[in-house]
Amino acid sequence: MAIIRTENLTHIYSKGTVFAETAVENVSIEIEKGEFVGVIGHTGSGKSTLIQHLNGLLAPTSGRVLIDGEDIWANKKDIRRFRFKVGLVFQYPEYQLFEETVYRDISFGPKNMNLSPAEIDSRVLEAAALVGLGGDILEKSPFELSGGQKRRAAIAGVVAMRPEVLILDEPTAGLDPRGRELILGEIRRIHEKTGTTILLVSHSMEDIARYAGRVLVMNKARVFCYDTVDAVFSRAEELEGMGLSVPQITRVCRELAGMGYDLDPNTYTVEAAKARLLTLLGKGEG
Amino acid sequence: MDIIEVRDVTFGYPAMDGAMPCAPVLRGVSVKIAKGEFVAVLGHNGSGKSTLAKHLNAILTPTRGTVLIEGIDTADESRLLDIRRRVGMVFQNPDNQIVATVVEEDVAFALENLGVPAAEIRRRVDEALNDVGMSKYARHAPHHLSGGQKQRVAIAGIIAMRPDCIVLDEPTAMLDPRGRAEVMRTLKALNKDHGITVVLITHFMDEATQAGRVVVMDDGKILYDAPPSQVFSHVEELTAAGLDVPQTTRLCYELRKAGFDLREDIISQEDCARAVARLLG
Repeated sequence: MAIIRTENLTHIYSKGTVFAETAVENVSIEIEKGEFVGVIGHTGSGKSTLIQHLNGLLAPTSGRVLIDGEDIWANKKDIRRFRFKVGLVFQYPEYQLFEETVYRDISFGPKNMNLSPAEIDSRVLEAAALVGLGGDILEKSPFELSGGQKRRAAIAGVVAMRPEVLILDEPTAGLDPRGRELILGEIRRIHEKTGTTILLVSHSMEDIARYAGRVLVMNKARVFCYDTVDAVFSRAEELEGMGLSVPQITRVCRELAGMGYDLDPNTYTVEAAKARLLTLLGKGEG
Repeated sequence: MDIIEVRDVTFGYPAMDGAMPCAPVLRGVSVKIAKGEFVAVLGHNGSGKSTLAKHLNAILTPTRGTVLIEGIDTADESRLLDIRRRVGMVFQNPDNQIVATVVEEDVAFALENLGVPAAEIRRRVDEALNDVGMSKYARHAPHHLSGGQKQRVAIAGIIAMRPDCIVLDEPTAMLDPRGRAEVMRTLKALNKDHGITVVLITHFMDEATQAGRVVVMDDGKILYDAPPSQVFSHVEELTAAGLDVPQTTRLCYELRKAGFDLREDIISQEDCARAVARLLG
């Protein structure tokens, strides 16, 4: 059964005024439990509005959102329960750190879940370890940490609630290449170790190609497509037309394919391009 | 002539009360930038690149060493205004830099503070907005603009002061690909058409490849200072410094490691495709 389902979800901001703007229009998607989904779409495509519906931060103007088959707005008093099930990490989440120590900051979510102190402690330590924070860092003030560490502490705060779905809105924005790799590696580890369903919003098609299993593309408030990485990136030219940027290596492969070489014009990682070229050059394994 | 000269600069942030002085963030940095250059500065978080940038318009002054802007020592407080008129600074978050509720008023803000006559302000604001391709939005509210558009308004506010040089500290970090492309196009045009010197601090390798020269910072020192094709040929060293290389460079590097004869200085998509085509025969 799908862990997330939206049925004809529509959201109109400032409805009934002259500023009314349809940010999400008639979106029906199903996301299976345990998937790693990449979400792309340029600014204003509706992706942020959509993900804010998935844990009830926004309520649909029309349509329904179902988590584990339950309409999250069926009973308004229940909405908290769904916010624990679906954890949302905002952009630049380090701005939301506020506690005196990293440990206390990570424990804020679990504490609100009325868990026993022993359970809270074990969740904090587990979440911290999953994002690669440990030892004396937990007793430091969050403001003493580096940018990348702060961001990991903020992610751990959501992970510690053990959500069934973890949604991350551009978790690598503003980080250097090494910081990006570290965070993405940790998200993959969380996915593999805990089986948490992941939705990763990113502008980097390369990152999505490398980490996600399926891709949701939003365009002009609607779902452009939701499919496997290969199927989605086989439409690279349409994606470029929407203002999304195709990896440099894809453009190189497309140029070579155009010259008549037997290369898939939809190659999007250096590893794949290298493997194909080595085969063509007679040095490959296949 | 050099517009910027950084001579053997060491800088440490002041220590907190009673604590040991902090380890220096810049450790003997020397670099000269000539008028009209387009220089990208790379380095992982904590490498000292933002600290260096803040020395270029006297937001920070060296603990040891000297920074000269068109020959003016940034340590001379009486010349602060002269320095800041020559070197303008643009920061990462466009929302933190916009002060007015109408785009053209925002661009005029600094000129009004400098006491420029009204007619001259009008002319400069119109020109600046035109230069960044935002004339159409002169009367719009900044908070309705996209990130890329806001950043271009911030750049207009700087160039309206007619600086010789703009220093930008990760101006595209918070933008989507379209916004990033807009900002890069604007910077290249300002550099090419108006001769404005550009110093661009960035984490994006594809932006660095578009510069005339790349300075790589690591651990408070300059690791490389050369044209992009030369800098990016150091694939292993850059990776070790927490940085990346363009995908084209990485592909050629991998193929070279597999025993194929490819030049080390390939960075453009066209060069890469041509070189690989030659291998394939």
